Amino acid sequence: MLAWVVPAMALLLVAPYVIDPFQTLTLTYGLIAAIAALGFNLLLGYTGLLSFGHSAFFGGGAYTVAFLVKYLKLASMELFLAGSVLVAAILSVLFGYVCVRYTRIFFGILTLALSQVLWSLAFKFFWVTGGTDGLRIPTPTLLGMAPSDDKMEFLAHHYYYYVLAVFAICVVLMWVIVHSPFGKALQAIRDNEIRAEFIGIRIRRYRLIAFVISGIFTGVAGALWAPLNGLASPDILVWTFSGEIVFMTVLGGFRTFVGPIVGAIAFTYLKTYAVGFTVYWQLLLGTVLVVLVLALPTGIMGAVERLASKIKKSG
Amino acid sequence: MDLLVTQALAKSFGDNRAVDRVDFTVRQGEVLALIGSNGAGKTSLVNLVSGLLRPDSGQIIFENNDVTRQSPYERIKAGIARSFQIVNLFDQLSCADNIALSIFSREDKTLKLATLASRDHAVWAEAHDVLRRFGLERAAMLLAGTISHGERKLLDVAVAYALKPKLLFLDEPTSGVSTREKAPIMDIVTSIVRAGGITVVIIEHDMDIVFRYSERIVVMHQGAILADGTPDQIRQNDAVTTTLIGTHPTGESAYGSTGSAGR
Repeated sequence: MLAWVVPAMALLLVAPYVIDPFQTLTLTYGLIAAIAALGFNLLLGYTGLLSFGHSAFFGGGAYTVAFLVKYLKLASMELFLAGSVLVAAILSVLFGYVCVRYTRIFFGILTLALSQVLWSLAFKFFWVTGGTDGLRIPTPTLLGMAPSDDKMEFLAHHYYYYVLAVFAICVVLMWVIVHSPFGKALQAIRDNEIRAEFIGIRIRRYRLIAFVISGIFTGVAGALWAPLNGLASPDILVWTFSGEIVFMTVLGGFRTFVGPIVGAIAFTYLKTYAVGFTVYWQLLLGTVLVVLVLALPTGIMGAVERLASKIKKSG
Repeated sequence: MDLLVTQALAKSFGDNRAVDRVDFTVRQGEVLALIGSNGAGKTSLVNLVSGLLRPDSGQIIFENNDVTRQSPYERIKAGIARSFQIVNLFDQLSCADNIALSIFSREDKTLKLATLASRDHAVWAEAHDVLRRFGLERAAMLLAGTISHGERKLLDVAVAYALKPKLLFLDEPTSGVSTREKAPIMDIVTSIVRAGGITVVIIEHDMDIVFRYSERIVVMHQGAILADGTPDQIRQNDAVTTTLIGTHPTGESAYGSTGSAGR
């Protein structure tokens, strides 16, 4: 495990000095998506629940930042993060209370429907949310330090390290959660709901807690995304954005812990290059993704694991 | 002393009276066999007592407390555990994990999310001890979905046993296992539960197993209790031989009478 973590972390630490600022921005987007996917996968990979409504928490986090800027004139990133945790927790308790009573397709459809309610609110109440124009988000202060004048320098350097730090904290937290007795109980529920109930696990309560943790992680990702994007608009609340979170997780491999992280970064790069390459980027991206899923049914990390075990056997 | 008493317990599925006003008693410390042909209501009775099904009417009294309206969770905490006829395990977790989950649950530790499960050495030591007793230590690190059927049947019982229940229901612990493997499984199971002072109700089809391992036998037929007694009493009970083996010329006349032999 450490053999992977140390080099990966070292690469991420030196990245802004090696790659150009535009690349660093893409990587920042990737790390933010990774936090969202990590949260999402607590439900899919560990609890066995496929949510199609995680855009609600991501968008909830981003709009929290926008509202704190617009109505409370705040500029501190730490306050933004705290606010988004609170809002994502409230949203996920409300959504989860309804959704965890169901599983499988019913759960997916309910999460989808509820997230669309949030989207239509952002869309219709334009005097509060700015409608399709969205709300502008200026560069925040990081740990009380005012942002530098050069916005590109700020985002590709200071903000990158800030995101990297939050990402590292989130990875450690999620690692502990999925390896805790609670995480084991979630996996038991995923594998066999009835048996889990008959060893004394109250499955609805556990699903709700997993749902809330998952929502908070994704909300934090949304809050980090807002200043980077500079704008919170209803796009991130639409169900297709939920679909992207599902996709990056499946692409990386939802059966492994690092799968969603790898998938999120890979997906972000694929999307960035597809957009730059052609105006028909969705077509190109779609094709690439279909081929990837057919070629790597267990995701990137599943394929890597198979390859590693093959090398081990032959070596 | 009576550990479990059901009073006029009833459950119907449509027109089918699966459990028909059953008065069923389990005494402290005994190994009781619940037998009967397919569809006699044995599993339904266990489902009612364990909380998987809600009864239409009647009472379930466990240790002098009415548990009829309690959730499965509350009944497990009170000391009622069960295994399943069709193996029910956490297939993508290791055998050790399967057992450890029962122990974590028993000790109310499953809500801990800020500590690593692997750090709780006492739990893992106990999990390995349980696996050793059931002869499964070799499989500790294997995924539960990958071991043999016989081992899965044992693990299924071990998962319920690790809850340290007062009353344990085993729903066909040897179903789908070859005749040669049945006795070793039953030897392991009965010796472990006896040593643990656990009261056991075994649902079983194999008559050799039933007569060899149980102290008392309750026979169910068409949702009601047909007979209740020691293995010797049951062996000599005409109604039982008629309905279970089906040699009685008039058939129907033997039905309807409930619980006579052992009382």
